[in-house]
Amino acid sequence: MRLNTFKNVLFSVLFLAISFAGYAFENSDSKEGEEFNPKEMILHHVKDAHEFHLWDWKGRPVSLSLPIILWTDNGLTTFSSSKFHHDDNGKVIVEENGNKFVKFHEKIYQLEDNASVIEFDEEHHPINAHKPLNFSITRNVFMMWVSVVVLLLIFLTAARSYKKSSDGVPTGIAGFVEPLIVFVRDEIGKPMIGEHKYKRYMPYLLTIFFFIWINNIFGLIPILNGANLSGNIAFTCTLAVFTFIITTLSGNSNYWKHIFWMPGVPVPMKIFLMPIEIIGMFVKPISLMIRLFANITAGHVIILALMSLIFVFKTVAIAPVSVAFSLFITVIEIIVTAIQAYIFTILSALYFGMATEDHH
Amino acid sequence: MDLITPDFGLVFWTAITFLFLLLILRKFAWKPILGAVSDREEGIKNALKSAENARKEMENLHADNERILKEARAEREAMLKEAREIKNKMIEDAKDQAKEEANKLVAQAQASIETEKQAAIAELKSQVANLSIDIAEKVVREELSNKDKQIKLVESMLGEATLN
Repeated sequence: MRLNTFKNVLFSVLFLAISFAGYAFENSDSKEGEEFNPKEMILHHVKDAHEFHLWDWKGRPVSLSLPIILWTDNGLTTFSSSKFHHDDNGKVIVEENGNKFVKFHEKIYQLEDNASVIEFDEEHHPINAHKPLNFSITRNVFMMWVSVVVLLLIFLTAARSYKKSSDGVPTGIAGFVEPLIVFVRDEIGKPMIGEHKYKRYMPYLLTIFFFIWINNIFGLIPILNGANLSGNIAFTCTLAVFTFIITTLSGNSNYWKHIFWMPGVPVPMKIFLMPIEIIGMFVKPISLMIRLFANITAGHVIILALMSLIFVFKTVAIAPVSVAFSLFITVIEIIVTAIQAYIFTILSALYFGMATEDHH
Repeated sequence: MDLITPDFGLVFWTAITFLFLLLILRKFAWKPILGAVSDREEGIKNALKSAENARKEMENLHADNERILKEARAEREAMLKEAREIKNKMIEDAKDQAKEEANKLVAQAQASIETEKQAAIAELKSQVANLSIDIAEKVVREELSNKDKQIKLVESMLGEATLN
């Protein structure tokens, strides 16, 4: 069992190296004559996209088209991303629902009625177009749903196996996930929130832990071309906001007193501490957001940068070094996937614990 | 700058997806799993507790047995002692009785010896008296001639015949 897991990890790491190399080739090949730009490649990789690019086949990209959903002045507009024909420079204009749309650097712009080509000023703001509200099912949204399906499969199966066994002994996948669940309960929930109140927060803590973890792992799977969901600030921001909302809503009088009128210190100190504590209220979730985003994105950037070395130096001789280093970083990243999920969860639990702490 | 600007669409979908996942997992996964785990833990705790109780009960039982055994032993001891005492007493009694009987017999024997002695003495006396008379007759017959001799004879005879 353990050996198998190890083998799987090894294979995926090897696969990662190959796939990233392939990806880099594609970039340098497709823009022949152009200088290879690692920054562009890396940013393109870590950011969101409107189509799921899998690989290139005979110079043609093989990709999964994803639906584009826009809220415009004319109402809801939906069409497939394949209509842009893999264009990302605003050249292909799609006319839908009486509006003209272009895709430029993975952003959808709605052109003004008289415009035919998108133009930008010096600060890269479009002159003759604007961005409609974009609810598209992007690569990240798609991968998020895949992760949801996987999570549901794992945990609903596990829950069912408990119902089937009469003595409550975990079998099958339940035997695998139970230690993790008990870990979240005994090492995160109970010590951070307290024996009496942790139960209310367990569903949130468990969900957030496994949701972040599985998306961290999915970000490392190479064939998916690094759907970097948990390294996307929108994702971490949303989860941090949930933690913030729950902390604020479950804050008791003791918590608010510590923020607005710190007990046990002289009055001038109370006045001095109040703004600091109010800032602290917001800094906590912001730190959660930035920590997860930065850690996961940095990991992706490092691996891609190491791979880019081959194309920057334009020699295969550097490849062993690149592969060795990126293998090393990837193994670290596999550990980081769990660590970051754990840190996000334990800090959320800590904030809930602070909000519900009793006066003593 | 794009990298650190949250994209509205993704925020929207993340929020919806996360809430959906939270609700579904809470109802259909976390509740049954955590319930089963805590039930099992309770069961283990209870089993341990009842084992402990059983152990204590066994200990009590053991102590009871010990006590009963001790009591039985003490009782046996007491019974033996009593029996010994009774035996001793019986022997003692028997001895006393025997002694008494013996004393009685001795006394009786003594009494009968006394009476026999008296009777013997009396007979002896009478025989002595008869003998004396006989002697005296003979002496008288023989010595009636000599008065002095008569008296001397009587006195010597009497002296010989000291009553013992």
